[in-house]
Amino acid sequence: MPLHTDSQYEEELQQLRAKVLEMGGLVEKQIGDAFTSFVERDSQTARAVIERDHMVNYLDVVIDEACIRLLALYQPAARDLRFITTSLRISTDLERIGDIAENICERAIELNQEAPLAPRPELPEMAEGARAMLRDSLDAFLQSSSDVSVTPDTRLSVGEKLSDFGSEAPDLALSVCQHDDRIDDLTAQIFNTMLSQMRQEPEYASRAMRILFIAKYLERVADHATNIAEMVIYLAKGKSIRHLSPLPESV
Amino acid sequence: MESQEKPPVGHAVTLPPRPDSGNGHDPTAQRGNVPSNTAPKGLDTVPLFGTCDTVEIEIRDVCLSYDGTTQTLKHINMDIAKGQVTAFIGPSGCGKSTLLRCLNRLNDLVDGCTISGSIVVGGLQILDQTLDVTDLRKRVGMVFQKPNPFPKTIYENVAYGPRVLGIHNKAQLDDIVEKSLRAAALWEEAKDRLYDNALGLSGGQHQRLCIARTIAVEPEVVLMDEPCSALDPIATAKIEELIHELKKQYTIVIVTHNMQQAARVSDFTAFMYLGELIEFGKTEKLFTTPEKQATEDYITGRFG
Repeated sequence: MPLHTDSQYEEELQQLRAKVLEMGGLVEKQIGDAFTSFVERDSQTARAVIERDHMVNYLDVVIDEACIRLLALYQPAARDLRFITTSLRISTDLERIGDIAENICERAIELNQEAPLAPRPELPEMAEGARAMLRDSLDAFLQSSSDVSVTPDTRLSVGEKLSDFGSEAPDLALSVCQHDDRIDDLTAQIFNTMLSQMRQEPEYASRAMRILFIAKYLERVADHATNIAEMVIYLAKGKSIRHLSPLPESV
Repeated sequence: MESQEKPPVGHAVTLPPRPDSGNGHDPTAQRGNVPSNTAPKGLDTVPLFGTCDTVEIEIRDVCLSYDGTTQTLKHINMDIAKGQVTAFIGPSGCGKSTLLRCLNRLNDLVDGCTISGSIVVGGLQILDQTLDVTDLRKRVGMVFQKPNPFPKTIYENVAYGPRVLGIHNKAQLDDIVEKSLRAAALWEEAKDRLYDNALGLSGGQHQRLCIARTIAVEPEVVLMDEPCSALDPIATAKIEELIHELKKQYTIVIVTHNMQQAARVSDFTAFMYLGELIEFGKTEKLFTTPEKQATEDYITGRFG
């Protein structure tokens, strides 16, 4: 795809993309650190994550402003329009994940004030799964938005069908959506385990409750990652798969 | 991109509360085979915007050359919907104005112009050489880029067409003038100066007067060739508002260089390039998810 004739417009789209990717990287780190602080009972790391959340919020505002500016000044169409609206939504989901990282840290700090409970094997699998979903959804965004700009001039002849942009990105995004059920199942498992533990040993209730919260938080991270992946499919294909159940087998 | 079954475009979509799939609840159970992101049953038949069911203009394999060697239009095929606004967009020289001018045979005025194929307007074969072109132009009116009122009174500008068609009754003419000026959203501004020279109006008023003059003879189709390119944003907004009003009664075909204008006023958009019709479809679809690379490049401002 050739570059935009208006280089200022091209430049602003590039900057928006860079900001979304920067925010994505930061949020990935926040979630990773938050879970580490919980597993390693490291309140200092937890506090650092909480401290850094303002950076996530700041990027959310910057991205919002950039999108609104682009919409107001350039009247974007087609792929550019999808890219900008997608960025707007992705930043909202990333901001929510940032808040969740903060919540995990708050629970971790509270848990660290009591004796540890036996580790639940589901939690690391959930954390790893949710992080992988987030990473893959952002990778898919990276791939499919790289066609927005900075590609060699591959203008097709007149009338040729639009080629599949970043052809692997929609498949990667779809696999993220498909993985969400596994995370939901793990949440249900932890829920049952914690419930029976609270019944048997009521003195563990406050800790079990907090662990349950952490499971629920991780499940929400996976949901937000799924939202991002759905938006990427819309960006790449112009097709909405949101709220579709069952999921399509391919896009 | 495969063209797949999509949620109906331009239809009211009110989603039911999202079933919580985490509880083992199967959201498809109650909904049958309806995809879970389309309008709930009962809502999917409520159109938000007009729908196209009748074809007003049928263009088949139209080729045109001004000099006998260069093809200005190459095998154009399209159906233009009745009572809707269809916009032709594309860079200069793509053939959009030429195609528009085919629809009321204005190209007849160009020496050496040859045209083949068929164009049917409301059941009438308009490329038929025995056709009464004046009658065609009564049925297919035109508004030009530069407003061109006659140097006569406002009243005479509008009454001219009906007079030519043989209406001489004063009361009847008065009625037509008022109705046409009202339809062109000019009545309030012009009613106290109907007998003033039309050239004293502003540019935006000139254009609305030309629209009133066009609809005074009750055409079926109104062609507009860049009707706002000489107007300021306020006059442009008035004309665009007028286009929305006029389509209740007329089929409108508009040529515009302003893509945002095409997006705002039209129901269907045709993108033309180098004499070919590249892509034609619902305006909303064309401006969000075009099918063709060339369309995408043009509407996103990648001009090579």
